[in-house]
Amino acid sequence: MLLPARLSPKQSTILKGALFILSLGPVAVLSVNAFTDNLGANPVEYLTRATGTWTLVFLCITLGITPVRRLTGWNWLTLTRRMFGLFAFFYVCLHFTTYIWFDQYFDVQSIIKDVIKRPFITIGFAAFLLLIPLAITSNSYLTRKLGAKRWQNLHRATYLVCILGVIHYWWLVKRDLTQPIIYGSIVLAFLSARLLLRGRKPKVRPRPVATAREPA
Amino acid sequence: MLIKKSADILPSEITPRRVYEGRREFVRQLGRIALLAGAQALPFAAAHAQSGQKIPGLKKSAFSTTEKQTPYKDITTYNNYYEFGTDKADPAQTAGKLKTRPWTVSVEGAVAKPRTYGIDDLMKLGAMEERVYRLRCVEGWSMVIPWAGFSLSDLIKEVQPTGNAKFVEFVTLADPAQMPGVRQQILHWPYVEGLRMDEAMNPLTLLTFGLYGEVLPNQSGAPVRVVVPWKYGFKSGKSLVKIRFTEQMPKTAWSLANASEYGFYSNVNPKVDHPRWSQATERRIGEGGIFAQKRATLMFNGYGDQVAQMYAGMDLRRNF
Ligand code: HEM
Repeated sequence: MLLPARLSPKQSTILKGALFILSLGPVAVLSVNAFTDNLGANPVEYLTRATGTWTLVFLCITLGITPVRRLTGWNWLTLTRRMFGLFAFFYVCLHFTTYIWFDQYFDVQSIIKDVIKRPFITIGFAAFLLLIPLAITSNSYLTRKLGAKRWQNLHRATYLVCILGVIHYWWLVKRDLTQPIIYGSIVLAFLSARLLLRGRKPKVRPRPVATAREPA
Repeated sequence: MLIKKSADILPSEITPRRVYEGRREFVRQLGRIALLAGAQALPFAAAHAQSGQKIPGLKKSAFSTTEKQTPYKDITTYNNYYEFGTDKADPAQTAGKLKTRPWTVSVEGAVAKPRTYGIDDLMKLGAMEERVYRLRCVEGWSMVIPWAGFSLSDLIKEVQPTGNAKFVEFVTLADPAQMPGVRQQILHWPYVEGLRMDEAMNPLTLLTFGLYGEVLPNQSGAPVRVVVPWKYGFKSGKSLVKIRFTEQMPKTAWSLANASEYGFYSNVNPKVDHPRWSQATERRIGEGGIFAQKRATLMFNGYGDQVAQMYAGMDLRRNF
């Protein structure tokens, strides 16, 4: 492999920092465009769609980390998984906020009606709710407290969140299913890869991820 | 200093639409000036109307709304025109190559005088008016658009429908060479729309050639389209090549695609929801940024006075 299986502490700090900044790119661009009135003819629709798409993108990336690590032996990928998962949560929070604020303007009755009327919103909402415990238990303290086994079982919910995310997209399009099919295939490919590579242990054991640099 | 404002000047005349437009429009303008200069050098060039050219002699219409008009840029960059791609930004990018001259519209079927019209003859058939109409899309957004055209009934009277003419079918262009979207089976091509005879004869139904006083840009349905302002936008077929008078109710594109979601009538109706979303409110395009609130959707898109009697006694929940 061209890339090493492990990174030095300095290398991993740089990697994480770079990916962190890169992951903030979409929200930075969206904010600038929102403040300069550059979101096209229907800014609310644009924001909803952009944040929804980025949620799904980060979910797919998170889902792909383990199979790609198993295939390539790049164990340092594990260092990035939690960050990507949390960015998925960050973008779904923006997505949800866009919906309840700019789309529905906090009209609770209309939101309830919408959730009932539009099954795709029910599904999206379920996916969002499922992500909350995952985000909460992503910090090292609760990870340790839960224990590896229980933590892992809980975080398998990611699979379901990804599937729900694709169904959400599938059900909301009017006619052209190209995009949901693309995301659906990616999720399917990563899930099957995980199944197929399940037994395969990485050649080099990843260093324990428990982190020293977490703020207290 | 006292600034006097004459009361009979429309707000649309005070605020020229250019003010709304962005840089790209400015560039387009420059191109147009160059074109005009070229046309003057060649006195016989530009014999017929091209997209962007002024339509002369437009009369104001009593059917117009005085609501704030949607900026030209929004109207022409946010389009549902699947023949040019399913993203709303696609048509503005891919429709430019559509050849709208020469163009013919075949008017046929149950009529005494069928005829194939050249587009420039068709444009002269009626007195062109500017009609500022609300447009409500089935997706829950709306615009206010100054169209230019004349009532479709002017054409219908010309061709004299027979007693068998119960419906009018609008067949639109489906040319895979010019329209990238047609290369995919997203809808059943060609896109067909239709109206009941009385709906087609209603004076509000507009045979449309222009937008903002100029020849239609391609992405808005050039060179000729219909506009049926009390129905959801997809009922208003674009780039027409055939108008057929039939005894049977036409099989329309969106009904063929999904009969439970899109009916033949598709009148704007805040009380009859789309199976997957509410139709009670709409977002007015170009009305403020992300903080603008939605507005209530009006029955028949606010054209009830002119059209409600056509549906008297009909169950609009079943005939959606
Ligand atoms: C993990 C959870 C979720 C994911 C992955 C997700 C993803 C997406 C995606 C990919 C889109 C379509 C983007 C496009 O058209 O380009 C979308 C649209 C949308 N989502 Fe979500 N979403 C999630 C949760 C939610 C929640 C909780 C709500 C609201 C309660 C919601 C409401 C919407 C709405 C209203 C749209 C726009 C539909 C339209 O434009 O017609 N989503 N979402």
